[in-house]
Amino acid sequence: MPELLLADLPLEHVLVFGAILFSIGLYVALSKRNAVGVLMGVELMLNAVNVTLLAFSRYVTSPRPLDGQVFAVFVITVAAAEAAVALALAVVVYKHRETVNIDELDVLRW
Amino acid sequence: MIDDLGIVVAFYVLAATTVACALAVAFVRELIQAVLFLALTFVGVAGIYVVLSADFVAVAQVLIYAGAIAVLMTFAVMLTPSADRKNSETAFQAPALVLAGLVLAVIVFVAYDTSWSISGRGAFPVTAEALGQAFLKPYVVPFEVASVLLMTAMIGAIVLTKEDEDEPHA
Repeated sequence: MPELLLADLPLEHVLVFGAILFSIGLYVALSKRNAVGVLMGVELMLNAVNVTLLAFSRYVTSPRPLDGQVFAVFVITVAAAEAAVALALAVVVYKHRETVNIDELDVLRW
Repeated sequence: MIDDLGIVVAFYVLAATTVACALAVAFVRELIQAVLFLALTFVGVAGIYVVLSADFVAVAQVLIYAGAIAVLMTFAVMLTPSADRKNSETAFQAPALVLAGLVLAVIVFVAYDTSWSISGRGAFPVTAEALGQAFLKPYVVPFEVASVLLMTAMIGAIVLTKEDEDEPHA
């Protein structure tokens, strides 16, 4: 193999990618006005965490390296359940209030 | 160790595309377009999973995220027709931006500051069989709990969105 074709993907680059995705998700979840937008941010964060889990599962020394992938599957399962319930809640809130803007849903404010 | 040139190039291309799509989710001004960019982000992340030799998780990601959750979100946007669809921000935009930047800085610092114990093993062989063994032997209890959780969420979503019998149908 010629010298030019040598490539290496360090673990840190994958972790930084996960961190960027997580930060974007955090920003979206904290700043969006529409409840569906907030949920999109949460899903981005869950994806970023899964990337990190799979990166560790692929790179780091472990007696059972596949456990990271098992964990990622559970994260996807819980994310699916959370998305279904959260979107159902958004639709119910819309039925009652004609809006899903989180800054207008302030009945709990005193 | 990942040192196959094609895989390394694929990672950087996929990572750049995915981050661009995620930024579009944050900054595009039409909510339905944000949902579509989110679906693209999910597909890009599935590609990253393939790079990390997690084939089963990648397929699950495409099926569940890019398939089910993206469709669910499109439905949620369409079922709220007179809601604000401008994908606008609340007054928390500036603090959220600062906090996200800080979190990014901390994680990047930790990622580079820690000396990870990297194993030199190659890519996993096909993982579906090993994952199936793991789910039905050491992780059988969380596996069953997950199925109960999905059942509960499904019933909950149906009960929440069901029309009341005595209400007139819209």
